[in-house]
Amino acid sequence: MRHHLVLRVVSKLLIPFIILYGLYVQFHGDFSPGGGFQAGVIVAAAIILYALIFGTERAKQVFKPQALMVLAPVGVMIFALVGYYAMAMGGAYLDYDWLAGDDTTGQHIGIITVEFGVGLTVTAVMTLIFLAYAGRTHEIDDDDW
Amino acid sequence: MELLIDIVLLAILGIIAVAILWTRHLFVATMLSGAYSLTSAALLVALDAVDVAFTEAAVGAGISTVLMLGTLTLTRRREKATNRRVSIGPLLLVIVTGALLIYGTVDMPAFGDPNAPALLHVVPEYLAGTRDDIQIPNIVTAILASYRGFDTLGETAVIFTAGVGVLLLLGRRREEDEEAGTRRPEREA
Repeated sequence: MRHHLVLRVVSKLLIPFIILYGLYVQFHGDFSPGGGFQAGVIVAAAIILYALIFGTERAKQVFKPQALMVLAPVGVMIFALVGYYAMAMGGAYLDYDWLAGDDTTGQHIGIITVEFGVGLTVTAVMTLIFLAYAGRTHEIDDDDW
Repeated sequence: MELLIDIVLLAILGIIAVAILWTRHLFVATMLSGAYSLTSAALLVALDAVDVAFTEAAVGAGISTVLMLGTLTLTRRREKATNRRVSIGPLLLVIVTGALLIYGTVDMPAFGDPNAPALLHVVPEYLAGTRDDIQIPNIVTAILASYRGFDTLGETAVIFTAGVGVLLLLGRRREEDEEAGTRRPEREA
């Protein structure tokens, strides 16, 4: 889509705000609608928009598939490790009450950490699936549609 | 007013669904399915399920539409012509199934009914616990991340597994080709 000037300019303006909104949905999930999964798909949508406008190859240079392949399991591991940490502190698996001195703080820490793990995995997996698909498609002219 | 919005949105959904069935142009069908998802997202906002609407808009209207478009570039853009005569058997089956499903909803409690059985089991405990123990305003997050943390861990693992599956099927081969500097001919089934 090299010659679509309007699309390029508009998406260049929009993508930072989409990612910022994704981060808001991620870290404000305790107070407003949203959470890790929603934030993950919003950020992934921003990355996919970037790849659509500026080409898959350039997107792969910015968001390296090798790095995404590491981030995807790291997200699940953050979630699982929070559970084991709660066990190590004396509670049950994923019992956030034990993460801090008092129960409420523990719950806050647990929820925000776990949601961060979910967001990481969802962003990485969604982007990787798109890149895997996009890697198979060959460039086609706009007139072909 | 809300009833009117619901009726209009559901009517649009119906029209889009018929249009998807009608068109032979697969590009049009894909874009219409994106529009269907976007309308569903609006409907979910009307139902006060904003977080589900986020997901529907981002995944349904955004990511899956893009994946469908990517698939289209590998296949043809037009559906093969088939004769469109109405077959009575399948039509009857669909009508009976649909009627049964609608009949099943008659017994369901009204939308938002506070005395619905689903809301009397553990929900009061969750509501009180979120207010007193967890102390965050978003009860959905409290239930998903804390009360049902184990389920959410499982869901995250499912997403991860899905990603691994797609990469095993599609991702690896291409990279090996690029490293080798040659491209093996595509093995089409």
